[in-house]
Amino acid sequence: MPTVFLGISAYYHDSAAALMVDGDIIAAAHEERFTRKKHDSSFPLNAAKYVLREAGLSVSDVNAAVFYDKPFLKFERLLETYHGFAPKGLVSFLSAMPVWMKEKLFLRKMLKNELEKLGGKAPKLLFPEHHLSHAASAYFPSPFKEAAILTIDGVGEWATTIIGHGRGNEIKILRQLDFPHSLGLLYSAFTYYCGFKVNSGEYKLMGLAPYGNPNSEQTKKWTELIYNELVDIREDGSFLLNMDYFNYAVGLTMCRDKKWEQLFGIPKRQPETKLSQSYMNLALAIQNVTEDIVLRLAQTTKQLTGSDYLVMAGGVALNCVANGKLLRTRLFRDIWIQPAAGDAGGAVGAVYAAWHLWKGHPRETNCKPDAMKGAYLGPEFSGKEIRRTANRYNAPFKYYDDFNMLCADVAELIAKGNVIGWFQGRMEYGPRALGNRSILGDPRDPQMQKRMNLKIKYREGFRPFAPAVMEEDIAQYFDLDRPSPYMLLVAPVLENRRKPLPKNYESLDLLDRLYHLRSDIPAVTHIDYSARVQSVSRNTNERFWNLISAFKKLTGFGLLVNTSFNVRGEPIVCTPDDAYRCFMSTEMDYLVMNGFLFKKEEQNWKFDKQDLLSRYELD
Amino acid sequence: MDFLLDLWGFLKERKKFWLLPLIVTLLLIGGLFLLTSGSAIAPFIYSMF
Repeated sequence: MPTVFLGISAYYHDSAAALMVDGDIIAAAHEERFTRKKHDSSFPLNAAKYVLREAGLSVSDVNAAVFYDKPFLKFERLLETYHGFAPKGLVSFLSAMPVWMKEKLFLRKMLKNELEKLGGKAPKLLFPEHHLSHAASAYFPSPFKEAAILTIDGVGEWATTIIGHGRGNEIKILRQLDFPHSLGLLYSAFTYYCGFKVNSGEYKLMGLAPYGNPNSEQTKKWTELIYNELVDIREDGSFLLNMDYFNYAVGLTMCRDKKWEQLFGIPKRQPETKLSQSYMNLALAIQNVTEDIVLRLAQTTKQLTGSDYLVMAGGVALNCVANGKLLRTRLFRDIWIQPAAGDAGGAVGAVYAAWHLWKGHPRETNCKPDAMKGAYLGPEFSGKEIRRTANRYNAPFKYYDDFNMLCADVAELIAKGNVIGWFQGRMEYGPRALGNRSILGDPRDPQMQKRMNLKIKYREGFRPFAPAVMEEDIAQYFDLDRPSPYMLLVAPVLENRRKPLPKNYESLDLLDRLYHLRSDIPAVTHIDYSARVQSVSRNTNERFWNLISAFKKLTGFGLLVNTSFNVRGEPIVCTPDDAYRCFMSTEMDYLVMNGFLFKKEEQNWKFDKQDLLSRYELD
Repeated sequence: MDFLLDLWGFLKERKKFWLLPLIVTLLLIGGLFLLTSGSAIAPFIYSMF
């Protein structure tokens, strides 16, 4: 009988399930993709059903369900925090306690009830610590025999950052930084103050930072203010936050708005209002401080472990700008980052912790390039299911038996300026679409970024797009000497591809700067000449590689614009039905699902864009 | 029963016995609210807090 572990991440944000059979990750998926509720935190019933179905197993076959954190330890933190800050925090205490008293404290019972809904007796339950789950998700599936481990996020139970060392099938925790001193929450406080949503808008803040003016007095002054007033950073990267400025420990908001307004001289930005240069400068200031802390922590990690390899996880590990800079310091020979670095990835970490740390199974590193299978761990749909969707909407299509022929035609459509919805194979695990649930475009097209942001994704115009580049062609476009399969490294676009900036560039309006032609691949060149690179390997995703290769044959450019297949606020599409609806509600020109090509102009069904958008809350 | 065993194990492991009175009080108050919600004594309980 195989040993089966079901990993569960739930009840805070981004719930997910993962299934491991005899040490091999068979499937993993976010619950939001099934319920169509972004960042869904409920028990991942649909995701758990799917992962079991993928393995052909039932819940009765599961040896243990592994929850990704320890609820009692989290409760201890809550009580001690309220006790420590009393009488402040009474309102927050009174609003938090009923949920704990009624549900979260009885998590074991809740989990058992939910697991029984899967159709059998609930298995044994295990509870590894939150950051141990992150550490396990970073180290065990990585390609390294031993590695230094750095996990940084908002908060788990107590820990907000840990430094560890993975060797063989063991993880040793060497240092820990505890709540309320949290780099993730510091970054989230700035996300909140700049008018974006906490736990989802952090990417936007990172994307906004390059619009800040690094030479302005305001940016320099604010960077100093953050160092002097908000965060006391030590040489080893540990830090203390000045809690006079933060409200998250005992309040219902991230920071004390009035104190921040006195400090920075600008009010909290209201969501969806115009972004002024000041907020861009503030975003740049906190991005600089974040990178400084990450680099110092990485140096300490290196000193403590002596390792040449680093693995990372936790929400802050999704800050790919900081990751790229860390890589370029050459502090470590190589870095591997868990593609589902946020809390959803805890489900994978939890099952790895159970397999290696609880059961003591030896670790093998013979999976190439790593054990995450390209993060293509979600559901796949057959031609029959796609045909059923087409029938439901009376949707005309052209079917290709020959996939190479399809790639050649789609490449030509992209080269002519069309935007393509690309739906193939297994859905990605983690926040990034890596070529199986993607919207694709021509990176050479100067209008592509604007069109994709405003008419297809319906999101803020300033947000950048990532290039998906053939792995063997990375060095032709980017200053990056290794693969970046999970879109988690930012690298500069090569100098010889760049176009010069006008002299008055820094004084130009955001949109004028945004639409200035910066390189020969403008749609994927961010305002500071950087790009969030995804390298595509033929071995990991042959279909996507073939498409990019066909585009290269036609244009000489071995890369495409790749963004997730969804609109703003919508989870990435999961099924052919989700994909068709999203396709028909946006200005995408073509949809490709397996060998089926749908042309927008030929479709009969009329979807209402507002209907689609009204289903999803803005993120 | 599972809950009580878990709670005891946690307090022992973490040596945080001082949290016990706090947790018991919170559970009693929580239980009281649950039991009395919709009942005739509810208004008296609410006025207590």
